[in-house]
Amino acid sequence: MSKIIEKEFFSENVAKIVLDAPEIALSRKPGHFVIIKIDKKGERIPLTIASSNPDKGTVTLVVQKVGVTSAKLLALEVGDEIEDVVGPLGMATHIEKVGTVLCAGGGVGVAPLLPIVEGFKKAGNRVITVLAARNKDLVILEEQMREFSDEVIVMTDDGSSGKKGLVTAGMEEVIQREKVDLSVVIGPAIMMKFAALTTKKYNIKTYASLNTIMVDGTGMCGACRVTVGGKTKFVCVDGPEFDAHQVDFEQMMSRLGAYKDQEVAAYQKYLETEEIAG
Amino acid sequence: MENILEYLKAERSQEWRTEIRKSIKAKERMGKTRTNMPEEDPMVRNRSNVEVNSGLTAEQAVLEAQRCIDCPNPTCMTGCPVGINIPKFIKKIETEDFLGAAAVLKDTNGLPAVCGRVCPQEKQCEAQCFYTIKMGKPAVAIGFLERFAADYERDSGKMAVPETAEFNNIKLAVIGSGPAGLAAAGDLAKFGYDVTVFEALHEIGGVLKYGIPEFRLPNEVVDVEIESLRKMGVKFITNFIVGKTASFDDLKKQGFQAFFVGSGAGLPRFMNIPGENYNGIFSSNEYLTRVNLMNAANPEYDTPVISGDLVAVIGGGNTAMDSVRTAKRLGASRSMIIYRRSEEEMPARVEEVIHAKEEGIEFMNLHNPLEYYADENGRVNKMKIQKMELGEPDASGRRRPIAIEGSEFIIDVDTVVVSVGVSPNPLIPASLPDLKVTDWGTIVVDKETMQSSIPDLFAGGDIVRGGATVILAMGDGRKAAAGMHKYIMEKIKAN
Repeated sequence: MSKIIEKEFFSENVAKIVLDAPEIALSRKPGHFVIIKIDKKGERIPLTIASSNPDKGTVTLVVQKVGVTSAKLLALEVGDEIEDVVGPLGMATHIEKVGTVLCAGGGVGVAPLLPIVEGFKKAGNRVITVLAARNKDLVILEEQMREFSDEVIVMTDDGSSGKKGLVTAGMEEVIQREKVDLSVVIGPAIMMKFAALTTKKYNIKTYASLNTIMVDGTGMCGACRVTVGGKTKFVCVDGPEFDAHQVDFEQMMSRLGAYKDQEVAAYQKYLETEEIAG
Repeated sequence: MENILEYLKAERSQEWRTEIRKSIKAKERMGKTRTNMPEEDPMVRNRSNVEVNSGLTAEQAVLEAQRCIDCPNPTCMTGCPVGINIPKFIKKIETEDFLGAAAVLKDTNGLPAVCGRVCPQEKQCEAQCFYTIKMGKPAVAIGFLERFAADYERDSGKMAVPETAEFNNIKLAVIGSGPAGLAAAGDLAKFGYDVTVFEALHEIGGVLKYGIPEFRLPNEVVDVEIESLRKMGVKFITNFIVGKTASFDDLKKQGFQAFFVGSGAGLPRFMNIPGENYNGIFSSNEYLTRVNLMNAANPEYDTPVISGDLVAVIGGGNTAMDSVRTAKRLGASRSMIIYRRSEEEMPARVEEVIHAKEEGIEFMNLHNPLEYYADENGRVNKMKIQKMELGEPDASGRRRPIAIEGSEFIIDVDTVVVSVGVSPNPLIPASLPDLKVTDWGTIVVDKETMQSSIPDLFAGGDIVRGGATVILAMGDGRKAAAGMHKYIMEKIKAN
């Protein structure tokens, strides 16, 4: 059981949730994720940890409403309990001093990027962060990112904040301007695919943090498998970060849609029952 | 060994035992035929989750127990990995002391209701039964009788909690709550230790819960056994991954003095053939976990599962049988096994193969998958398979399958479950760089004490064996418990 200590909506469909999870708060590192299951009949879903407070014993997750489980999660209030939270899972980000690091985050991918930006900055790197979202309201954690970045570039599809354009335009701008030694990209699969293509052109080593379908999160089921460099890898135990230039993003996107029909039907049903109850 | 034989002899010459043995002539006992297990109708059960075997009645159990001639040299026991006093429990059944029979089982086996259901008896105790080895007749149905006694005790509401030694306040950790961990925890509690079991998943039971389906091992049966451990003082912590949630050092600081690792063979193997990552292709672990642990087939639960119409399960083990029979129950019109050797080499329990056939499972033995194809949405829709023949025996002693050139053909499938084995779970070895592991990732242990290269860490079950049975895991757990007890006692003495 894990109690919700704090909850704050960043936008209509995205919220920050702070959970009471003292052991995880103490042992998590940048790059780690947790698996949560809301109640007895819930499914297990992976969520990357945005930050933690070991003193208070809390971990912070940023959740976007995409289906039944995330909708149920966002409907919970402060004081409510989540039945199961397990972690920290996955391999931590390998953080070292490399020079200049270009971090790019899209949508809620910005949340798990935050501790990585912080880590690289604290390790003595020059860190430039590109935040991308559809519009101004969906840009999250900008202030926190500025705290640990030498520069933050905001890109929106409609130009309502920062510059108008895709994440790749912001990345190109930096790469054209100065030498980049490493890039880390986190966001929707399609965004990571194009971000990886961008850095590949310039031969910049790039890591992508993948968020795939998982059940146990401990290597047991293989639902999360992806092809990296022609080999099958498990995101839960081999990842979540991989060499972005080696990831088969097309396959990953196809696998993310494996349960699309069921998910859409379940979400419809959920909305209907909510309407009746509400 | 001498001691055990002496003990068995003394047990056998007890008055009650001699009396019951002499009550029926051996010849008459041997003239009786083996009792059949009552089963649910195959065409009913393959559409539901009802348990396939419904268990012997008391009358049937007594009749079957009468077949046992109570050999002076009970060879059956040599086939039992946990050393159950088999003739003693069977004779207790014959005297209709069913609770007494259950108590005998529990002396050496914490989970008799589980073992009575899932042990490969035909390869163990029943393979060594006098009837099998000397008379060429069907063995005494030891497995059916074990299940009967354990179920009788459970249904009686008079579950005996095994006696435990005086509580010694020494904290020990058991990592993983599958059969190895539960067996170790039970014995350690009997020795008087303060035992905590750490489980990564949200449910206790490991493979007994996520792997073995309800129709073969109802969860309720497992829960009763776990409850019995709780009554013995064993504590359980779910959602806790030792090495991740907290390190071994953290736990040592909390006072844990030794560890048993029974983390299982958690990594499914794939065949690495083209198209294996298409949607609709699962590991058996994923398929079974969704259905068994997450209740995916029940619309009230949130976890989805793809329940295909044309399902191919690759492999010939118990997990493959569990998967293919689950697919049938989820509504598949064709549910087939694709196995590269012949039925004779199948590692699955004979009973499971028979049950599967009765339920309408198709067997494509001597066939091997080569490639998968998908529709425009990336969902598997066809597979290429190849015919095989058997050559000379390989390292496993089984005849090696050889591909027949030019025999490839394509079949329609919409769901594939890959059940070709598992590798050890890497989480524990990865968190302990000093731990000695084999090239396959299994933990190296002393065969007698199950102690690893790290003195306060013991291990057993699939993390040591790489993929075996419930009962072998339990045997390891018991051996490790004895090893840990010895280790702690020596440590106390040395101080």
